[in-house]
Amino acid sequence: MTKIIFIDSKGEKKSVEVENGLTVMEGAVQNNIPEIDADCGGSMACATCHVYVQDDWYDKITKCEDAEQDMIDMAFEPKKNSRLSCQIIVNENLEGLVVTTPKQQN
Amino acid sequence: MIKTDVLIIGAGPVGLFAVHQLGIKGLKCEVIDNLDKAGGQCIELYPDKPIYDIPAVPECNGKSLTDDLMKQIKPFKAGFHFNERVQEVKEDAKNWKITTNLGKSFSSPNIIIAGGVGSFEPRRLPLKELEKFENKSVFYAVRNKESLKNKNIMIFGGGDSALDWALELSKQNKVTLVHRRNEFRGAPHTLSELQDLRSKNKISIKTPFQIEKINTGGQLKSVTIKSDDGNSEDVQTDIILGFFGLIMQLGPIADWGLNMSKKTIDVNTENFETNRKGIFAVGDICNYPGKLKLILSGFHEAALASVECFKRARPNEKFRFQFTTSSKEIQERLGVKND
Repeated sequence: MTKIIFIDSKGEKKSVEVENGLTVMEGAVQNNIPEIDADCGGSMACATCHVYVQDDWYDKITKCEDAEQDMIDMAFEPKKNSRLSCQIIVNENLEGLVVTTPKQQN
Repeated sequence: MIKTDVLIIGAGPVGLFAVHQLGIKGLKCEVIDNLDKAGGQCIELYPDKPIYDIPAVPECNGKSLTDDLMKQIKPFKAGFHFNERVQEVKEDAKNWKITTNLGKSFSSPNIIIAGGVGSFEPRRLPLKELEKFENKSVFYAVRNKESLKNKNIMIFGGGDSALDWALELSKQNKVTLVHRRNEFRGAPHTLSELQDLRSKNKISIKTPFQIEKINTGGQLKSVTIKSDDGNSEDVQTDIILGFFGLIMQLGPIADWGLNMSKKTIDVNTENFETNRKGIFAVGDICNYPGKLKLILSGFHEAALASVECFKRARPNEKFRFQFTTSSKEIQERLGVKND
């Protein structure tokens, strides 16, 4: 289990334990994180599990591939540190990862 | 008013297979979908992505799966109503009265909601104040490019639709193309054509920029865009076009008095009926303990729902379970020639 911290668009912090090997999106859905929709269920086809990765974490997680960037183009208010949480696989190196959810997923 | 045995909402794979399961029982259906063609998410989101978990089909894709399903249900002559969304569902004696956003109405004892995650709608720009300019000076599709003549146009987006329209409209308009990053996603010849226009100053490309605010006085005057590093620019604009693909919205379904969990509809697992008699939900949109969002699960759900639909549509007939391999009746409905 790895601790992942979600901060919502109003600044509310929620820390959850996610099983290693699952994605951050799955961890969010299992723990009822409100601002993650994940409409397509993780097939990288909808951009509704969009998160902002805290800057000091951004370079520590696996790189964002082109297809993911293309999807992020569709997201609500994308930023440089935008990622799709369905593409971040949880492992022990991510202990304490902080992501912020956008105020809207569409 | 169109009368039918079953009204199906959603022409994705599960809605299409529902036509089959109802058809072999002799029931007539009408299918409504907000997209312009059958296939739902499979066609809209991943027509070319391989699918490996359809039983007995080792590999297919969204397009081939849809084509095969359409072929499989051809004998049942279902009525298809594309580019329409169900707006209202009302009780009318023993039937449901259904009205679409275009005012078409249906009467049916059964409704099967096979709506996936909702209907596809264009993704909008993130500024609230753009709403009141929508379809006046803010558009998410181009219906008639002639009507845009002599206007200053700002296009947002970095994909094929944004690029194609940027190229097309730059022949007749002053176009500013705005995208949040420097890379565009488009066919190689589109990208080179874009560079060509840029070098000839026939198009203005602003990257990495996003919309910040609009400046109006009754009508749209200009748009302020900002870059990641905080630079702002004000660009004189009459028309904004946004191309951010489609998003699924649950829409009016939420107002039909159905028990829901988040964006899904609660059903029983015996016949996939909702809390309202004669309204069923199958596929990704239904919710029950252990639910898996798999196409094959949706097929099973449609098969079971079709039995209850039969009982409601033919209250005076007894339901007999039959196999397609042996039933003459089913084979006749399928148009199979036995000699």
